[in-house]
Amino acid sequence: MTTISVTSVSKSYGAFRALDDVSIEFRDGEFFGLLGPSGSGKTTLLRAIAGFVTPDRGRIAFDGEEVDRTPVHKRRIGMVFQSYALFPHLSVARNLAFGLEVRGDPKVETGRRIEEYLALVRLSGLGGRKPRELSGGQQQRVALARALITGPRVLLLDEPLGALDRKLRQEMQVELRDIQRRTGITTIFVTHDQEEALTLSDRIAIINEGRIVQVGSPQEVYERPVSVFAAQFLGDANLFSGKAITGGLVLADGTMIRVSGQCAGLAVVRPEKVRIGRSAGAELNTLKGVVMQSVYSGASVVYRVAVPVLGETPSLAFVQNSSGELHAPGSEVTLAWDAAHTMAVAP
Amino acid sequence: MRFLGLTYLGAILAFLYLPIAIMMLMAFNQSPLYELPFTFDLVWFKALAGNERLLTAGWNSVWIALVSSAIATSIGTLAALGLARNEFTGKRFLQLMLFPPITIPWLIIGTAMLIFFFWTGVGRGLHAILLGHVALSLPYVIVVVGARLATHGPELEEAATSLGARPAQAFFRVTVPLLAPGIVAAGMFAFAVSFDQFIISYFLAAPGTSTLPVEIFTAIRKGFTPEINAISSIVIIISMSLVLVVSRFYRFGGER
Repeated sequence: MTTISVTSVSKSYGAFRALDDVSIEFRDGEFFGLLGPSGSGKTTLLRAIAGFVTPDRGRIAFDGEEVDRTPVHKRRIGMVFQSYALFPHLSVARNLAFGLEVRGDPKVETGRRIEEYLALVRLSGLGGRKPRELSGGQQQRVALARALITGPRVLLLDEPLGALDRKLRQEMQVELRDIQRRTGITTIFVTHDQEEALTLSDRIAIINEGRIVQVGSPQEVYERPVSVFAAQFLGDANLFSGKAITGGLVLADGTMIRVSGQCAGLAVVRPEKVRIGRSAGAELNTLKGVVMQSVYSGASVVYRVAVPVLGETPSLAFVQNSSGELHAPGSEVTLAWDAAHTMAVAP
Repeated sequence: MRFLGLTYLGAILAFLYLPIAIMMLMAFNQSPLYELPFTFDLVWFKALAGNERLLTAGWNSVWIALVSSAIATSIGTLAALGLARNEFTGKRFLQLMLFPPITIPWLIIGTAMLIFFFWTGVGRGLHAILLGHVALSLPYVIVVVGARLATHGPELEEAATSLGARPAQAFFRVTVPLLAPGIVAAGMFAFAVSFDQFIISYFLAAPGTSTLPVEIFTAIRKGFTPEINAISSIVIIISMSLVLVVSRFYRFGGER
């Protein structure tokens, strides 16, 4: 259907650079997650694609056709707003009809499509209700159906599940993904929820301070973060900094940490890759520390371990509770993990 | 406790409505001097029907209120939209400048208008009164419609344009229906400001032509006749039924 390319787009509000020379391509039919902290520029990027924000510089093209001078109402987009933005004075069916009416579709055709899209979001029979008579999840589905019914070239979602509670959120994630697969529409969604981004996306871009930090599949971005920010924003990470040597780095006390990839003195390891025990096995990287805190949740345990050479921040280890034994706070332990899981990162 | 509450409510209602009720009652009393016993008679309404001055003044008041509130509501709604949906230098200052006309005594505004209209050649007369009333009610309209606009952000208009609506379509299909209760309330405000207005109308009226409040004031000064009670009763009945009709469409103090 539609490929969207963003080339060297910048946008400033006064001295604040919301977007700083952003280039990115959204492929045909993919579900793309824009992930970043608030104020990172992710929403500005989404709104620039929609046409609500006019970039200071750069180009945006849908299927190679530049849309920079195309006003929002001619871009043929579908957008779901964080607040849903359902028209409160119109029934659900009239909300869905809106996009078809303003472009002058015949009435019969409109009625048929409304039924079809109500069925798509499993709201058949609720067309006569007013938005305020629906639950949050139902309103969300109306917003989605309203955005899709006009057959847009791209679906833009601004924190679509942000207002839902956790259980509903998870249900809607599955449903959203399912509807997107069935319609095959290129979808870009903004979120600050890392788990949501990992679950839903074909590809993710991590954005920070108006710049794209990393783009890739969820697995690539999680397993191979390129920078300290990427590692710490998407999931948890234990950070090591030291003097770079061949094959790794040396901490202040002389302990060597073997690192996968070319290391410039910074490396991270994910807490679930770290094993914990009283004695070291044959693992490649080990560090001694003292358990500060253990958070027991049945199937797994989270340990916070003070490792003197790493300074104030405790190291984290997420451990499967396979032995049934806990390391009590105060006990001396050895953290151990594979060199292959120790990733070199940029600052 | 319940008895106390009801008494309190009754006292308030009596305080508000007793003078009005007595006036309306006296409009139907035969005696011009409020004499009792009460004798029902429509003599004052008949007299009113022959009082050209009062009737003309009443008609002037009605059309000036209608026209000035229509103008003020249209201009004021657009101004409220402009203030709510755009960022520009001096916006805060403009918004702040909306309030002084509401707080400055009408006597002072009236004097200022009289001098200004005289000096610019606008002069006195019904046209001047109309102009003055538009200027007076404009801040009320902007504040009332602006309050209504503040209840929803620009997302609804944005949603409309994202669905392919041209700006004009988004305005008439989304913005106007959502603002309707605010626009109606603002229109009523503007109508009331104009219809009630005495001081400014008094200053700006040319000799011989004036509005109802001015005419009533002049008539009282010359000597009170119960015709005034009669026309006041008519005005009260019309304005109260107007409020009842409007409140059926719009519940005051918020939607739903």
